[in-house]
Amino acid sequence: MSQAFDAVEQQARLEARVAQALEWAKQLGADACEVGASVDQGIGVSVRLGDVESVELSRDQGIAVTVYVGQRKGSVSTSDDSDESLRAAVEKAVAIAGYTGEDPASGLADAALMATDLPDLGVHHPWPLSTDDAIELALACEAAGRNVEGITNSDGASLSSGEGVRVYGNSHGFLGSQRGSRHSLSCMLIAGHGAEMQRDYDYTSVRDPAAMLAPETVGRNAADKTLARLGASSPATGRMPVLFAPELASGLVGNFLNAIAGGALYREASFLCDRLGESVFPEWFTLREKPREYGAMASTAFDNDGVATRDNVFIDRGRLASYMLSAYSARRLGMSTTGNAGGARNLRIEAPLMSREALLARMERGVLVTELMGQGVNGVTGDYSRGAAGFWVENGKIQHPVEEFTIAGNLRDMFANLEGVGSDTDTRGSVHTGSWLIGDMMVAGE
Amino acid sequence: MNALNDSALNQATSLLLAPGGLDLSALDTGLGHAMGPGVDYADLYFQRTWQESWILEDGEVKDAGYNIDGGVGVRTLAGEKTGFAYSNQISADALADTGRIAAGIARSGQRVSPQAVHAAMPTRRYADVDPLAGLSAADKIAMLKTADRVARAADPCVSQVSASLSGEYEVVLVRASDGTLAADIRPLVRFNVSVIAVRDGRRERGSAGGGGRYSMARLRDDNVAERFAKEAVRQALVNLEAVDAPAGQMPVVLGNGWPGILLHEAVGHGLEGDFNRKGSSAFAGRIGERVASPGVTVVDDGTLADRRGSLSIDDEGTPTQCNTLIEDGILKGYMQDKLNARLMGMAPTGNARRESYAHATMPRMTNTCMLAGQDDPDDIVKSVKRGIYAVSFGGGQVDITSGRFVFSASEAYLIEDGKVTTPVKGATLIGNGPEVMQRVSMIGHDLELDTGIGVCGKEGQGVPVGVGQPTLKIDELTVGGTQS
Repeated sequence: MSQAFDAVEQQARLEARVAQALEWAKQLGADACEVGASVDQGIGVSVRLGDVESVELSRDQGIAVTVYVGQRKGSVSTSDDSDESLRAAVEKAVAIAGYTGEDPASGLADAALMATDLPDLGVHHPWPLSTDDAIELALACEAAGRNVEGITNSDGASLSSGEGVRVYGNSHGFLGSQRGSRHSLSCMLIAGHGAEMQRDYDYTSVRDPAAMLAPETVGRNAADKTLARLGASSPATGRMPVLFAPELASGLVGNFLNAIAGGALYREASFLCDRLGESVFPEWFTLREKPREYGAMASTAFDNDGVATRDNVFIDRGRLASYMLSAYSARRLGMSTTGNAGGARNLRIEAPLMSREALLARMERGVLVTELMGQGVNGVTGDYSRGAAGFWVENGKIQHPVEEFTIAGNLRDMFANLEGVGSDTDTRGSVHTGSWLIGDMMVAGE
Repeated sequence: MNALNDSALNQATSLLLAPGGLDLSALDTGLGHAMGPGVDYADLYFQRTWQESWILEDGEVKDAGYNIDGGVGVRTLAGEKTGFAYSNQISADALADTGRIAAGIARSGQRVSPQAVHAAMPTRRYADVDPLAGLSAADKIAMLKTADRVARAADPCVSQVSASLSGEYEVVLVRASDGTLAADIRPLVRFNVSVIAVRDGRRERGSAGGGGRYSMARLRDDNVAERFAKEAVRQALVNLEAVDAPAGQMPVVLGNGWPGILLHEAVGHGLEGDFNRKGSSAFAGRIGERVASPGVTVVDDGTLADRRGSLSIDDEGTPTQCNTLIEDGILKGYMQDKLNARLMGMAPTGNARRESYAHATMPRMTNTCMLAGQDDPDDIVKSVKRGIYAVSFGGGQVDITSGRFVFSASEAYLIEDGKVTTPVKGATLIGNGPEVMQRVSMIGHDLELDTGIGVCGKEGQGVPVGVGQPTLKIDELTVGGTQS
């Protein structure tokens, strides 16, 4: 079960399609145009209880055309980039621009900001993996987890491996493309029976298969995490410090980034409106963006406007040093783009790091949160209230698992009350961070 | 065979198959590729969608987008194994390629021949119209500008208004080796308004929206621009007055309609067939047992006319039905697709759904509702000494294995001495599904369905759903506020 994918050939094909769409847009009367296209192909296998559950071959492609007629805009996207479909898409985009209203801020980013050097950032590592090999890896992962005493059932293990190409071009003459790959392996297990059942999971996700965790490690981690949850109770209600595990601390960075995103700011939908230059985090905390870090998860040389990406400092020794802007949101705010059309890429924290033990000791009494549930984050006000599960900490040591409680506060206070960052850095995603100790939150349980 | 009189099937054939030079007989050839050695079932799912969205900000429709997608997904089953491949081309070559790939799930065994078509005429739950064609571009823009004007006129605190009008014309056709041949034309439209209100340096959001499976013209005729604009402003102004919510366990009264998201999270997901077949749900193996208070009856009903969560046929071609999940507190049944129904020795229930041709089917909800009870909603509030009255929610999530679920209020009030008093800030409510459903102590006679805004996510796939319920009292639920 396989299908050839030649990334270099696909790149050349997509570049030609993008150039063709730009040419048609010009012919059809667009004053400016930008086109993004991508194709991704991959294989996904899942196994459960020692047997194959599903094998899936995916191939997704799409092309999106945005035209500007004067200050009016029209956008069309389609999965079919044949001549007939693509030309119809451009025509439709031009037609839509006949209906939309004038927007003084609309248009491409300045030509002078286009990326000119497009280095190889080391994010394309194809994995010539046969279906059988993929199944073997997933089976080994699940088996290692199920072999741990106390595991009673399994939601299975899944391996997915894929690569793709992304191309962006605009009528300034910019044409950029990037190939990339992503490989991941995950396992979810169940322990206990009936009303006492618990589940948890672990995963590894990498650009380069050589960096993947061993399948057995992922399976055993999933088992250990699942077993640690057995016998959980609801904690007492009260104010206390909360330690966010690394994978959840990266979510807090995400909450922060949403609040400094241009779109939220010009819509007045952020609790960090008008806070530029002010102290938001403790002075020992700095947050940088490294979009060109070699081999990193989110590396790219150009953003979704074609603008050259650059290192940004969003938090400089506690102060809010920069917003996160695209060309459009920057114009809306009377500022300059920060090369963040499409978001932030590769966030890195600079802070004195503490061991997990030291953080627990510092916390003394509180909860270590290892799972958050629900969408209880209000980006407008910063109000934060989410379901949680984790461990009760007393005398600086983990005592027993806890569940069915909420943690609540306001992100403004939570950021200001950051008391420590752990050295247990999670490097699997775009945000690299260790645990975060937040000084004072409301825990609601029993 | 009356298939040729089926208007949906005729439309689907001409929109999906004819452009690629295919006809219904070509589907038998396609199935033949997928039914390799050892494959005991295969289906072909053809789909095309035309989506449109118009977005207003700062009083102008500055952005409008149009998306066309389409393709075919081929799935094969061999025992408990699933093979899946798809293509964004609908052609004989694409059917041959994807069919052979999907057939690779089984390597040996008997070759089974697909059964001849036994077409049924499903009852249509909505009109087979192109919803985008119902209004001119000028009318669409006028609706959005009405929302802006009404919202800004409603209160001087309103500082930002955004509104969107979106619609999707979806055409699907399913041919399966069990003889299924079915088509569906699925219109889906939605109108949304979101406002920011500012007073004394404090900023709050309010939003409202809705829609269903009908033409955009009906949104205009229903005057949704004005209604949702006023509702969004009302909610933002309420939130400007909100104080910190209490923390801890207390009685919670849920309003009727959209708060039915409780049922979706606390009950619905845990009753999907796949989780129960695998024994990973807190409800697994409990059919016939009491899982909710007496008086609690919960159904998943895909047949409701014109509703956002409704379907005439599911994505395996099975007609939808009204499935009783819990009757008078006793667990009655699960929601099934063909695979899980067969493996559990049950019948499919019309709950097989997929986000698109590029996603595999799973058992999913349609419109999940609790039926009305006897209590007067005022009496329900009066019965609470100190608690929370929650009328609108942002979203929820569940861990189906432990049964723990959350849902986050976006409009809520304190109840003090039997009266609804001060608004409180949105707070997450958390509980355990099977436990919380047994703490339902009063059920209103005011069943209402939501306005048509729900999207359910499962394993990365989003599908439109509906919820509904009467006013309910839960004797004890953990409220995630900040005040002790």
